[in-house]
Amino acid sequence: MTNLGTSPIPPELARMPEGGAIGPIQSGWRLAAREFAQNKLAVVGLIVLVFFVVFCYLGPFVYHGPLSSNLDTTNLPPGAGHPLGTDNQGFDVLEELMVGGRAALEIGFLSAVIGMVWGAVWGAVSGLAGGLLDGFLMRIVDVLLSIPFLFVVLIVAVRYGASVLGLSIIIGIFTWQVPARLVRGEVLTLRVRDFVSAARAAGSGWFRLMNRHLLPNSLGVIIVTATFSVADAILAVATLGFLGFGLQYPTFDWGDMLNNGISYLQDGYWWQVYPVGIAIIAVVMACNLLGDALRDALDVRLRRR
Amino acid sequence: MTAYLIRRSATAIVVLFGVSVFIFLMLHLIYPTPAIDVLGPHANKLTIAQWNRQHGFDEPWVEQYLRYINQLLHGNLGYSYKLNQSVASLFHERWERSAWLSGVTLVLSVVIAIPLGIYQAIRRNTLGDAVLTTGAFVTYAMPDFFLYLIAIDLLAISFPIFSYEGPQTTSMISIIFDFRAMTLPIVCLTLLNLAGYSRYMRSAAIDTLAQDYIKAARAKGLPERLVLLRHLVRNAFLPMITLIGLSIPDLLAGNLICEAVFNFPGLGLLFYNSLGNADYPILLAYTLVGAVLVVVGNFVADIALTVADPRIRLV
Repeated sequence: MTNLGTSPIPPELARMPEGGAIGPIQSGWRLAAREFAQNKLAVVGLIVLVFFVVFCYLGPFVYHGPLSSNLDTTNLPPGAGHPLGTDNQGFDVLEELMVGGRAALEIGFLSAVIGMVWGAVWGAVSGLAGGLLDGFLMRIVDVLLSIPFLFVVLIVAVRYGASVLGLSIIIGIFTWQVPARLVRGEVLTLRVRDFVSAARAAGSGWFRLMNRHLLPNSLGVIIVTATFSVADAILAVATLGFLGFGLQYPTFDWGDMLNNGISYLQDGYWWQVYPVGIAIIAVVMACNLLGDALRDALDVRLRRR
Repeated sequence: MTAYLIRRSATAIVVLFGVSVFIFLMLHLIYPTPAIDVLGPHANKLTIAQWNRQHGFDEPWVEQYLRYINQLLHGNLGYSYKLNQSVASLFHERWERSAWLSGVTLVLSVVIAIPLGIYQAIRRNTLGDAVLTTGAFVTYAMPDFFLYLIAIDLLAISFPIFSYEGPQTTSMISIIFDFRAMTLPIVCLTLLNLAGYSRYMRSAAIDTLAQDYIKAARAKGLPERLVLLRHLVRNAFLPMITLIGLSIPDLLAGNLICEAVFNFPGLGLLFYNSLGNADYPILLAYTLVGAVLVVVGNFVADIALTVADPRIRLV
């Protein structure tokens, strides 16, 4: 507005946008971060997740519990020297909890990343292509979604054995379908927008369109799905381990701990079962809370550009 | 409507074809021939090759696939050489028990989830809603077997109220009336299902309560009970139809973990024992049945939703 040399505007009023003037456009990520921080449960989830990462990777440097077989100290209840007791082979339960969590977290994150990357590219190509290729790619997604995931993972684990990389890959093979569907939906919405037409007119090929324009704008959906995938993967690994087909000694794993512990539940050795179970629940719940909050924060905010 | 039915059936058939190809490929890569199981672990390569040629296991994959499909369509799900019984007969022995377990669970889950979801929607953000939502969240994050373990530890070992394993008889009548042994599996499965169903029902009910016709009904003076019964339940029930359709696979092929933990002699326990035996014909036939049921369940859910919701008039 016109303020030609008259009294200076007080600082408070100078910050207020006048009628018709546009306020500062805040980036979608900033808005999303603020929305996320206001959701208390989400912050709790994030803290719990960070705690477990620190607990599993840095814990063993602070606390040195014996992880070697010692038949003198088997099945001790929580007490002096062993805050969570020992299991049937003399391993310290707290130390096992720390080292075993590494496998769960690694498989969770790795399989989520595999699923995210593969699914995003698949969905973007499918959405861009349209027509017959789109139909074909989505039918493959339908086929893989119809196959019960737990059975196939168990069969592969029985036949080929379980390792961190192997389990991550096989879980990733059954994780990418949901991101593919969601990214395809996003791409279908985005490809009619002006900026995509402009990019096309400027001569962008598919690869550049996907990398520079479509996938970055679909990032909200991808991140939310990836968070839920981590939770599902951790549950799957725990189930595999519990049934006895997961990672074996010398790799420690929460599911394997539960498998060993349940034989002794009848003897009253609760410390071999409940701490592990609570750890699994805590991590999965943290991921779910995080995913819910991210969905609320990202999906809407990132569209407000 | 018929056009939609035909299109949806065509999609289902294409997906079934894809599923059969996937399972056949798995079968071939993991267990190309049962020769070693039949001839014994010390059979030499010549004998194995002869057996393979005799029984058609060295034909090109396409031909073996066509034979596989032919067998499937005639009801032959394969033969377990380790149990010396056809897979179909093994399934036939056990499917009723699994169906009973899952059927009762499904009915109980739906019957409890609807009032629970509606209650949570009406009393939104009160203490009751908060408690139930937290409970649902924790149960959702809990691995299934952990709930079973807690239940067995508390209710069967510490306080021996129920039995610590499922009924071991094979007679359906005994299983149905063995409340001491069936209660824990059914209750635990119901709780696990409820965690998901009640969340869906709650959000569907919240969405429905915000609709104008509810306001209009209340403004016209309809008693609250009738508002809920006549308008809310019918409209909020629609997502449940989809969920029920998606639970059909669990009716027969699912509940693997429950049956393994409770030692319940159903299809899930058969799968679990075959894992230990590395009995691949059973494992892959089971996966195939599970996948087919998923496709059928999706199909039924889609059609049921189209029938139930008159707003969906598909072009």
